[in-house]
Amino acid sequence: MASTEEIRAGLAELVNEVTGLDADEVQLDKSFTEDLDVDSLSMVEIVVAAEEKFGVTIPDDEVKNLKTVGDAVGYIEKQSA
Amino acid sequence: MAGLAAQPIETRYSGILGLGSYRPSRVVPNSEVVGGIDSSDEWIQQRSGIVERRWATEDETVQSMSVAASRDAIERAGIAAAQIDCVIVATVSHMMQTPAVATLIAHELGTDKAAAFDVSAACAGFCHGLALASDMVRAGSAKYALVIGVERLSEQTDPTDRGTAFIFADGAGAVVVGPTEEQGIGPVVWGSDGAQYDLIRSRQDWREVLAAEKADQQLPHLQMQGSAVFRWAVYEMAKVAAETLDRSGITVDDLDLFVPHQANMRITDAMAKSLKLPAHVKIARDIARQGNTSAASIPLALQAMYDDGEAHSGDLALMIAFGAGLAYAAQVVRVP
Repeated sequence: MASTEEIRAGLAELVNEVTGLDADEVQLDKSFTEDLDVDSLSMVEIVVAAEEKFGVTIPDDEVKNLKTVGDAVGYIEKQSA
Repeated sequence: MAGLAAQPIETRYSGILGLGSYRPSRVVPNSEVVGGIDSSDEWIQQRSGIVERRWATEDETVQSMSVAASRDAIERAGIAAAQIDCVIVATVSHMMQTPAVATLIAHELGTDKAAAFDVSAACAGFCHGLALASDMVRAGSAKYALVIGVERLSEQTDPTDRGTAFIFADGAGAVVVGPTEEQGIGPVVWGSDGAQYDLIRSRQDWREVLAAEKADQQLPHLQMQGSAVFRWAVYEMAKVAAETLDRSGITVDDLDLFVPHQANMRITDAMAKSLKLPAHVKIARDIARQGNTSAASIPLALQAMYDDGEAHSGDLALMIAFGAGLAYAAQVVRVP
């Protein structure tokens, strides 16, 4: 199973692909909207790409709870456990 | 027992013979809609790609816009209105329960008692109408069929709703479908998902409007759950698009034009990426100047591609329409 850091790095790559943001910026304590300026539509693209990459399901209702990169990494860890 | 005569089948091919469109005269820039939603031109452009839209004036009615678009389509098809056997109007903007606006349009155009009816499939309406018309022509129940997509969504838009106030717009597009030497309209891939009807819909039904306090009485506004619609549109519709190409016996490399329903530029961009469209395929981006005109968006967008020199007669175009219902329909066509 992937480590927290591996999931964070994988997610950071996806954020970079969707938004062009530097992957190093994507750290666990960063808020998607406040710090990384990811809007709701980009978030959908990131979520769908993450579902494919990590083999998990992230329903629409859950997406609004994923405020920080850490929230998303935690959710993916829990789902793939 | 008497036997029934069957419609004689000529097994002929169908195609689009002419295109027409009507854009309302009033241009509404983002600066005019930001007030009600505490937003900015930049915010709207980033989330939708919309720079300005067209809203109908009092005189630009569903009927008048449809007739104007249809006259161009009929003229370009090289036929007379009296030759049209069926008029199909895709719209959610006709404000009278009955009769269908198609009957009024058919009469004003001067058809000879053409069959006429409306289709309610929201943003997917134009491609639904095109599928019906194509099958009618092929099966022989009509020789020439007129398909109109028309909307006047400005009057169903809540100017204070941050999710929709900047999106919806007005306009009309029309095509004449008739017999052709070779098939010009590929197999339709269509469907619906009523389990998700809540994602885009009128806020109230008519009974709820009438039951409301007098002061609240107004046309039911449209509401939409943007993120969920985006997800469905981009990822589910990419599968529908792939199936449509497959059933038409072509690949993305054979396409010249990609004309998706103009819902949001971000949806168009994400779909194009997901479909891996080659660089030579021209992508319709009429939403920037026209907004989201629901059933009218595909014919309007195609007209814009001719006007900009991007579309040429004989090009192969993938049309895919999707929206409330959640209804969808897609086909590959050879443009007139």
